[in-house]
Amino acid sequence: MSDENDDLILSELDDEELVAQMMDDLYDGLKDEIAEGVNILLGRGWAPYRVLTEPLVGGMTIVGRDFRDGILFVPEVLLAAGAMKGGMSILKPLLAETGAPTIGRMVIGTVKGDIHDIGQNLVTMMMEGAGFEVKNIGINNPVESYLEACEEFNADILGMSALLTTTMPYMKVVIDTMKEKGIREDYIVLVGGAPLNEEFGRAIGADAYCRDAAVAVETAKDFIARKHNSRVAG
Amino acid sequence: MTDLLSRLLSERDWLLTDGATGTNLFNMGLEAGDPPEFWNVDYPDRIRALYKGAVDAGSDLFLTNSFGGNASRLKLHQAEDRARELSRISAELGREVADAAGRPVVVAGSVGPTGEIMAPMGTLTHEIAVEMFHEQAEGLKEGGADVLWLETISAPEEYKAAAEAFALAGMPWCGTMSFDTAGRTMMGMTSEAMVAMVETLDHPPIAFGANCGVGASDLLRTVLGFTAQGTARPVVAKGNAGIPKYEDGHIHYDGTPELMAEYAILARDSGAKIIGGCCGTMPEHLRAMRNALETRPAGERPTLEMITGALGGFSSASDGTGDDHVAPDRPRRRRRK
Repeated sequence: MSDENDDLILSELDDEELVAQMMDDLYDGLKDEIAEGVNILLGRGWAPYRVLTEPLVGGMTIVGRDFRDGILFVPEVLLAAGAMKGGMSILKPLLAETGAPTIGRMVIGTVKGDIHDIGQNLVTMMMEGAGFEVKNIGINNPVESYLEACEEFNADILGMSALLTTTMPYMKVVIDTMKEKGIREDYIVLVGGAPLNEEFGRAIGADAYCRDAAVAVETAKDFIARKHNSRVAG
Repeated sequence: MTDLLSRLLSERDWLLTDGATGTNLFNMGLEAGDPPEFWNVDYPDRIRALYKGAVDAGSDLFLTNSFGGNASRLKLHQAEDRARELSRISAELGREVADAAGRPVVVAGSVGPTGEIMAPMGTLTHEIAVEMFHEQAEGLKEGGADVLWLETISAPEEYKAAAEAFALAGMPWCGTMSFDTAGRTMMGMTSEAMVAMVETLDHPPIAFGANCGVGASDLLRTVLGFTAQGTARPVVAKGNAGIPKYEDGHIHYDGTPELMAEYAILARDSGAKIIGGCCGTMPEHLRAMRNALETRPAGERPTLEMITGALGGFSSASDGTGDDHVAPDRPRRRRRK
């Protein structure tokens, strides 16, 4: 609006203003500004985990909400997720050093017979944008590939994607195999893909159906929080 | 020389396209995960049967079995070097069936999305997208396609890249997008914005429109969005036969032939000129649609209520167009340059 807005200096903002500004910058997908903000907060002695959760995850929550509500669309969300990832790359080694809790770990892939991967690639970008560690195992996965990847990666969440009505039923094969092996309850199972719906998710025994990538992120956070709570309670 | 599609459009009030390719091929034994385009070489009789199914049901136009026949998609099957060949053969088989039909039938060379996200968000550059679309376009042209048919596109950048490639191949074309996210395409384009984009192209399509997406009701709302702009360019409506349902371990689409007949009538009354189906639409649906279009008189432009009354509800409250779509006020802090 006025000229003074043009020379806003991030380092001159107090913590509260800076966090709010970073959330705006994240919304606008400003990668360099996010990296700068992360470094300023770290320089002020903020714990890496707090930098991750307050401005970054907090900011992405707003992005996710507006995506869910049809205000933002994939291009804007990808830019925001890219900015978030830039901030994450600074925080990642520090988080590992300080032994901070991870947000969550996910294995994702399209089911056997399905070669349509754009949806799960979007979910991967947005989950990473929200601070999750994601192993994307690509297309056409038989049940063995899912289970091996989950074990190797020490996943909390298994995500399965299908675009074709003919391949959706394979999700049930994977879940049934997990039940047989007695490992179903070790993982949060999320399913998604254009032709699916909640009814289908319930019918095959998934924890949740996620309508789009933003819902996937919200649902994943929700389930991880419940898992942590039950661990504390247990 | 006028292409066959333009000629038919000038002679007729509506044209019927084909229905599903995938659903039909799976019924013929295509294994999930296998690229349908390989069948152009491995099982040409089945592809002829697919085309003939649509022609015998009354389609004036059918799409070739080349939706995933671009280098980017075929790469997933280590067949990126076969894009031109598989596309050419899909059109050659189409030519045979159309020429034996005993009436004019348009062979439309199907071109699907690359499946990649375009730069700067993704990695696919405009130049490479044009190159891939061009390669496929040349194959379809060699095989004798009358027009090219771009479909299921979400990103305006990809639509534009295809238009440029089709100009390089010197081919007339049609192009539809999928409006599956709150009434917009996945990349956020509204029906209104698509009308405007199409008119900016150096090599505009003969017809444009919508395909696939979320069921027949949503698709018709999108068509109303196109025609509300007063476009003179013919509009394509190619919707799914209802919504897929999961029952007893398999999937079926809940749209009956009767419902698709209602959809075809409503599509015509909404201003669409090229009408057909997408996923789940079988020859029996096409026959019902043809019969309805031939026997029932044109009606008034439907309201949204008439559409939901006949075909069921929408998947989202708004389609992102018009004055009713107001983004919530999100007070912004100061912005830097």
